[in-house]
This record gives sequence, C-alpha cells and structure tokens, in this order.
Amino acid sequence: MNTLLTGYKKEALIVSFCGVLIALVFANFGSAFGLRMLTEIACFTIIALGLTIQWGFAGLFNAGIMGFIALAAFVSMLVSYPVNEAFWQSDFSSQLGWVFAKLLLGVAIIWGINSLPTLRNRIKLRRLLVVIAIAITYLVFMQNLAPVARGIETGAGFIGGFGLPVWMGWIAGGIVAGILAWFVGHICLGLRSDYLAIATLGIAEIIKAVLKNADWLTRGTLTVSPLPWPVETPGEIGFIASRAQYLSVTIVIIAVIFWLLQRAYSAPWGRMIRAIRDNELSSAAMGKDVNGRRLEVFILGSVLMGVGGAALVTFNSIFDPSGFLPLHHTFLIWVMVILGGAGNNTGTLIGTVIVYIVWVMSEPATLWVFEGIKHLGLEWFAWQVPNDFDSRALQMRVFLIGLTITLVLRFAPSGLIPEKIREH
Amino acid sequence: MSLVNVSNLVAGYGNNAPILQNVDMTLQQGQIGVIVGPNGAGKSTLLKSIFGLLNIHSGEITHNDKSIIHLRADQLVQQGLAFVPQEFNVFESMSVEENLEMGAFIRSDDLSDSIDKVYGYFPPLKEKRNQPAGELSGGQRQMVAMGRALMSNPSLLLLDEPTAGLSPLFMEKIFERIIAVNKSGVTVLMVEQHARQALAIADMGFVLVTGQNAFTDTGQALLQDDDVARSFLGG
Amino acid sequence: MNEIIFFINKVLISGAAIGSVYAMGAIGVTLIFGILRFAHFAHGDMMTLGAFFAFALTVMFPQAGQAIGLPTGFVMLPVAMLLTAIIAVLLDKTFYLPLRNNNVSPVVMVMASIGVTLMLQGLIRLFGGIEARYFFFAERKDIFRIALPFEDASRKIVITEPQILLFLFTLFSVFAIHYILNKTKFGKAMRAVSDNPDLARVSGINIQKVTIVTWLIAGSLAAAAGTLLSLDVSLKPDLSFNLLLPIFAAAIVGGVGHPYGAIVGGYVVGFAETLSIFNWAIFLRPFRDSLPEWFELSSNLALVPTEYKITVPFFILVVILIWRPTGLFKGKVI
Repeated sequence: MNTLLTGYKKEALIVSFCGVLIALVFANFGSAFGLRMLTEIACFTIIALGLTIQWGFAGLFNAGIMGFIALAAFVSMLVSYPVNEAFWQSDFSSQLGWVFAKLLLGVAIIWGINSLPTLRNRIKLRRLLVVIAIAITYLVFMQNLAPVARGIETGAGFIGGFGLPVWMGWIAGGIVAGILAWFVGHICLGLRSDYLAIATLGIAEIIKAVLKNADWLTRGTLTVSPLPWPVETPGEIGFIASRAQYLSVTIVIIAVIFWLLQRAYSAPWGRMIRAIRDNELSSAAMGKDVNGRRLEVFILGSVLMGVGGAALVTFNSIFDPSGFLPLHHTFLIWVMVILGGAGNNTGTLIGTVIVYIVWVMSEPATLWVFEGIKHLGLEWFAWQVPNDFDSRALQMRVFLIGLTITLVLRFAPSGLIPEKIREH
Repeated sequence: MSLVNVSNLVAGYGNNAPILQNVDMTLQQGQIGVIVGPNGAGKSTLLKSIFGLLNIHSGEITHNDKSIIHLRADQLVQQGLAFVPQEFNVFESMSVEENLEMGAFIRSDDLSDSIDKVYGYFPPLKEKRNQPAGELSGGQRQMVAMGRALMSNPSLLLLDEPTAGLSPLFMEKIFERIIAVNKSGVTVLMVEQHARQALAIADMGFVLVTGQNAFTDTGQALLQDDDVARSFLGG
Repeated sequence: MNEIIFFINKVLISGAAIGSVYAMGAIGVTLIFGILRFAHFAHGDMMTLGAFFAFALTVMFPQAGQAIGLPTGFVMLPVAMLLTAIIAVLLDKTFYLPLRNNNVSPVVMVMASIGVTLMLQGLIRLFGGIEARYFFFAERKDIFRIALPFEDASRKIVITEPQILLFLFTLFSVFAIHYILNKTKFGKAMRAVSDNPDLARVSGINIQKVTIVTWLIAGSLAAAAGTLLSLDVSLKPDLSFNLLLPIFAAAIVGGVGHPYGAIVGGYVVGFAETLSIFNWAIFLRPFRDSLPEWFELSSNLALVPTEYKITVPFFILVVILIWRPTGLFKGKVI
C-alpha cells in the first residue's frame, strides 16, 4: 500500500482531494462564498509561504506571525485609506509633526552618543549615556504625544490614511514587516532557537496592544472600514466578479513568489540556507555566516507574511486590531505549513487549502455536534446547558488545532508532501 | 571465566557506515585490558559500544555470559558496568562529593563507606570534597570521574583515555591508581594513547587498526612483538 | 506620607505579589528548560488548569475553609497541586516523551508545547466557560488595613489575606526547592541532568524518573501560582497568555536552568511592572506650588501606560538578550 502511494501518485491523490473539497464548497454554498474562501486561502498561502521559508528552509520558529500580519495590515491601511481632511486641516497635524521631529532629534542624539569617537573605548560610560538619552527621549516623546493624541481623538477621530494606491500599501506593509523582522532577528538569531519563539510571541502581543490602544492612529476598537480594494468593489460590479478579480490578483502574487522561491531553492543561496539548517556546526566551520543568512531568510519570510496579511485584511475590508488572534493568525498557519510539509512550496499550498476549508467548515460542524449533545443531554439527563454553550463549543476547535499540531509532529513530522531533496 | 566477551561486533554512529568490522575481544575477571591503536582505529568506538552508546549493527556483547547489547545505560550500571568518558566527565557545577553521590544513583544503601574508599584511592579529593568539580585541575577531575564511576561498585570499569591531556607525572599517578583499583577486584578495560606505558600494566592488550583486530595478546607479549612495535609503537 | 503609603501599596505589595507568582512559574520553566532543554509554552495554561482544579474543588466543598479558618481555595491547594502535577506527568508521557524518543530538535518540542497549550486552553474554556470567576463567592476576603504611627498618614497600608498566603507560600516553596535540589537524591540528580545529561545517563541516573520528578515539581508550583493569583484577583481563562511572557522573561533574566535566578528574575520582572505603571506624578503633587511656571504638572506621569504593561517584560527580555544572554546568574549556554 505504502509503495503504491509513493511519489507522484500520492501527490496526485492529495491534489484531487483538494479539488473535490473546493468543488463541494462551491456546490453547497454558492460561488460568492466559494470565491471568498478561495481568496482567503490565497492570502493565507502567501503568509504560509513566508512561514515555510522561515521554518522549512531555515528552521526558524516564528511564534508571532500575528504581529507581522497586524503591523503590515496597519501600514497598508495607513498608506491606502482615504485622506482625513479634518485631521490635516486641524492644528494637530503640525503638532504631531513636531512631536515626531523631536523623536527624530532624540534618536539622532542617541545615535550620535553611541558613535562618538571619544567614547569608543569607554563602553560603560557610553552605555550609561545611551540609556539616559533613550530614557529622556522616551519620556519627552510620551509626554508630548499624549495631549496631541487626545486632541486628534476628540477632533478628527484619527489621522486617516494617505490615499495612495492599495498595491503601494501592500508593498509598504511587507517592507515594514521586514524591518520589524530585522530588529527581532538581530537580537535573537545568535541565541538558542527557543528565544526567537519567545521574542516573536511577545512582539506580536505588543503590536496588537499598541494598535488596539493608539486610537489616534488606528481608531482602536472603533475599527476602520471600508478599506479600499485594489480591484473594483462588490458595490460596483457585484460580489462574484469583484471577488474573482481580487482572487486573480492574489494568484498572480503567489505565482511570482512560487517562481522566485523555486529559483532560490536551487540557487547557491538556497543550498547554503538548507546546509545551515541541516548542520549548523559544520556550516559555521566552513566559514559561512550562519546568522547573516538566517537573518535574510527571516526578513524575507516576514515580508511575505506582511504582504499576505495586508492582502487578507484588505479583502475583509475592515481593520479591527482586536480581530487579530494568535489562534487564527499564528497557529492556524503553523498547522497549514507543518501538515502540508515544511520546506515544500506545493505542500504548503495544499496544506493551506485543506486546513482552511476544514477550519471554516469546522465551525458549523462543531455547533451541529454540540447541538446534538445538548439535545441528548436534555432528553436523557434533563441537563440544562450553560448560557454560553455555543461559544464554549467553539473552543473545541482550539483543542483540535492543538491536537493536530502534536499529532502531526509525532506521526508525520515531514507533512503530507515532504520536502524533496533534489540533486543538482 | 570471561567477564566480558565481544564477538563479531559491527557497530558505528547512527546509520552511517559501521566503524568496527567484526571485532572480537575477551577479558577475564580481575584483568586489566588495554585497547590501543592508531587514531581513528575505533578504540573509543569499541568502548562506547560495550556501554550501549552506539548503534550495533550485528555481533554480540556479553557480560557474565549474559547479552547486554539491548540494555539502557542505567541498566548496564545495575549489571556492574561503569564508564568514564574522555571529556566532560564531571558535573562541573556540583561539588566533588555530589559527583560521587551521582555515581551511586542506582544504590539506595549507605554511601559513606564507598565515599571513604574513593577518598582512599584519591586522597586529594577529600580536602576538595565541597568544591565544585569545575574548579579542579585536569588530573583531579580525572580522579573525580573515576571515583564517580567506582561509586556504583562496578565489576567492570571502562575508561576512555584516562590520561589524555595530563602531564607525564600525573599519567604515572593515574596508572598507579588504576592498578590499585584493579587490585581491589575491579576488572578494568581502557583505551589509551600512551600505548607503551599502558601495555606495561596490562594483562591483555588489544591492538585495533581501521576497525579490526590487528593483534591480541598479553601486554608484555605485545610490547616485545616486533610487528606491533614496527607498525605503531614507533620502532 | 500618604504618597509613600500609596507607593507601598501600589508598587511594593503589588509588585511582591505578582513577582511571587512569576517566580513560582519561572522556577518550573527553568527546571524544564534545564532538564528537557526546551521552552515550555504550555506552562501558563498549566497554571490556569491548576487554578481551575482549585476552583472546582472550592465549588464542591465550599465549607472546607471555615473549618480551618483559611480561604477554601487555599485549603484545596494541595489537592489541586497534586492533580496538576499528575496531569503534567501524563502530558509529558503522551506528547513530549515520544518526540524526545524520536530525537527531535528543541524547536519541535517548543511547537509541541504550543499544541499542548491550545489543547489545554480549548478544554479549560469548554468546561470552564470564558467569564471571570471569583473564589470568594461564599466567604469574605479578609483585607487588612494597617495604620502607620505617623500624624500625617491618613491612608493605610492595605494587604489582603490571599496576598499574605501568597508570600508565605512562596517563601515555603523557595525553601522546599532549595532542600529538594541540595539534599535529596532526585533533586541532586536533577541538577546533574541539567549540568551534563550525557554523563548523567552513563552514571546510571534514570533520566525518565528524573523527568517525572521535574514535571511533578513544575506542575505543582504552576498550580500553586495560578491558584494564589486567582485567589487574589480573579480566575480568568486567558490568565495564561498574559503570564507566559513575564515568566519566560523572569527565567531568562535569572539565567536559564538556574532556579534561584528564576526567583530573583520573577521579582525583578514583578517590581519592574509595578514601578513602570506607577503614577510618579503623585510624588510631585505636594510640590505643585513651588514648581516653576513652565513646568506644567501632568496628571499622569507613569513610565508606561497600564494598557501597555506587557511591554515591560518584553523590554527586560530584550535588554537581557542584548547585554547578557546568559542571564544574571550565568545560566545554560545560549
């Protein structure tokens, strides 16, 4: 049996299984829903490809994908959302400018102190001065920002966007996610692998907290909508045509990423990355800059996560900081990648399709099962269910995600379609 | 009666090509056995295989006529084997006495007699008993490592290059202690780079070359054998 | 004087309380780190689980506390600790041991522990719901107000009974950990495994048994920390996620694999949190009139707004990773 299902036969079987799943969704829920799901799958695929390079190619554990998605989605919103005239005409726009000018000045001073030639050899003194400069800059910035932020919130609401095209927003989102990755990677990549997981988990929560509470910047819990689309909106041409256009945009992005990744995989750069992953010590001994290569991979993956995250949030058309959940925006993507086969782009695509469809369908399925339990409980034991039974029932999905992760790691560590080691 | 017997052993690291090819070795109760040979001959590999640390492809290892190839390390210690690795052979953050106690983990009786016995073999350890082993000199560490191994009251002591990195003076001392330990009834099997000195105290010598038995004889016989001398004792 | 009392209440007592919780969590994390070599992400949920056991027992036997004169939740603590410790061992047997036997890399273990986190989270919320719960539904929570013998001190130092119990219990567990690690056979074996696992194995130390003991200690401390925190504040199912980062920060600050360091780290992080969200304007207020004109006193001079509290442990973590990745007490090599 096992020999029958090896190689391409097994792959063909899995691909056709995906096709059947998609067809079933279209048949049962209609084209509009089907297209929505496919577009979301496409966006998740971009994110998952980002993770598959980080994890599959380089063995880097990113436990804070949500943070990269949220940050990129915010940047994309900032770039592409229509200009808020009320803000730009108020005094606060110039005041905000001054606040950031002061911040820049502070940063320049810190940088200056750090690179002052007379302090080069007096590390302790330099450190002390840098810390003091950072503390003063921080305090001045916070004290100056607070009244301006309050003013913006009571007057114009929030600063709005720049009204630029959406694609620029996505690219900007990807770039900012990459910059964040540079910072995190710089600190953690030389240390043991667990530290990267802890740091990314933390940074994700911090980004969420900032986006949720900085109302002047993001409207916080009030949410921003509707986000502009890169294609014609459903209001103009209807759901099916509009979503089909959106889907084709994302598919083009995936195709480009795929092409680039396949090339990179077999290029010297890709081989070096995999050599480092498989044997860090010997690669380092051969004089390869292990941490430099890893940093590149980490940034590249994060850029993809940013672009995909921006596309995903744009598609949902609402920027809601509280809507970013570790379960949905980090661990679900983990399941997609490890189930599909880390380090294999096709595997990642297939993993995303299967996991996302199952995930979407699991909500009604869980409720249906628990409705049955409720019914039987009442019939047989006169069991009165708690009021929040439905929201509790949905927690079963959290359990199942966790169970899937542990089971895949144990029984199919290389996923459905393992990485193919190609000889060159 | 043979205490430890290795026959037709094929073993190596993981699933890589085996390093040992059909090695045989027999050591009687109460003897000192020395494994010597050029670098890369598989000396340490043989020792580690006996202690269950490597992947055994085929062959048999018996201790007291019982097969021991499927036992875990802690079960081997229960059987009366003890192993002193070449490197990282003390718990650096723990005191000398705690190191000794760790060697006796499988025992649940009173340890004070055994600890005194170890201090008897290695007097310098007694005054350093409360010092972290990581702070000791190389020779003293080797004493801690051997003392730790003796704490499980082994019948067979396996030593992986006990004199590596030590000065000639210390090497003499360690060999002297090994003889003392052996006199108390412990069979010793060790790997040594200092082949002449080691064979001089050996009852049995095993010369390995490229993972195979080259010569096997008593220590004295090997020292006087011209072939052995020519091939690797350096004339 | 009132300002100082306010400071004592808001910074010293609260910081010591949350620091004790972090310390107990961090001991567990650091022991697991030292012996099994991976960052145990499910630790926060083990704390929540323990608190839920204690809560369930409190609901079942609401009268138990009165008989002894202590809060029922505290009386039930030993049982909750035992249950959580057993669950911890079972989780290891079912999910972590098979992976260790496959010789996977530490990162995979971390991922598996995230899987376990999600499973525990799902189950806790499935059975426990998602709303906050209070241990003191049938009893009164004792709050002690201590007046200071100063004339101008109209405020009082406020300390609650659960806080006192928390301090006492932390003190007890620190001594217990010290005793276990230095005087008992398994405790010493734990240090040996943490120091040099290969040598521990060839010395005949039964790694599986040591692992079980480690989980028993980590699990029961997690349950104690979770329960005592919930007694003081409330029991929320999302407790775990907010605790995870400070606990990791504490363990890393103290030096990974270093239990005493973890205790210090716990208090460092705890006090850092309360100091950063403390409103320093209170100390300046008495001098309001003598301040220069241009210095407009803001009503809130906290270093970090309360809603960004989570940045404090992260900031500490980043600083320690940049300047001293081995931690204050020279933990395991990075």
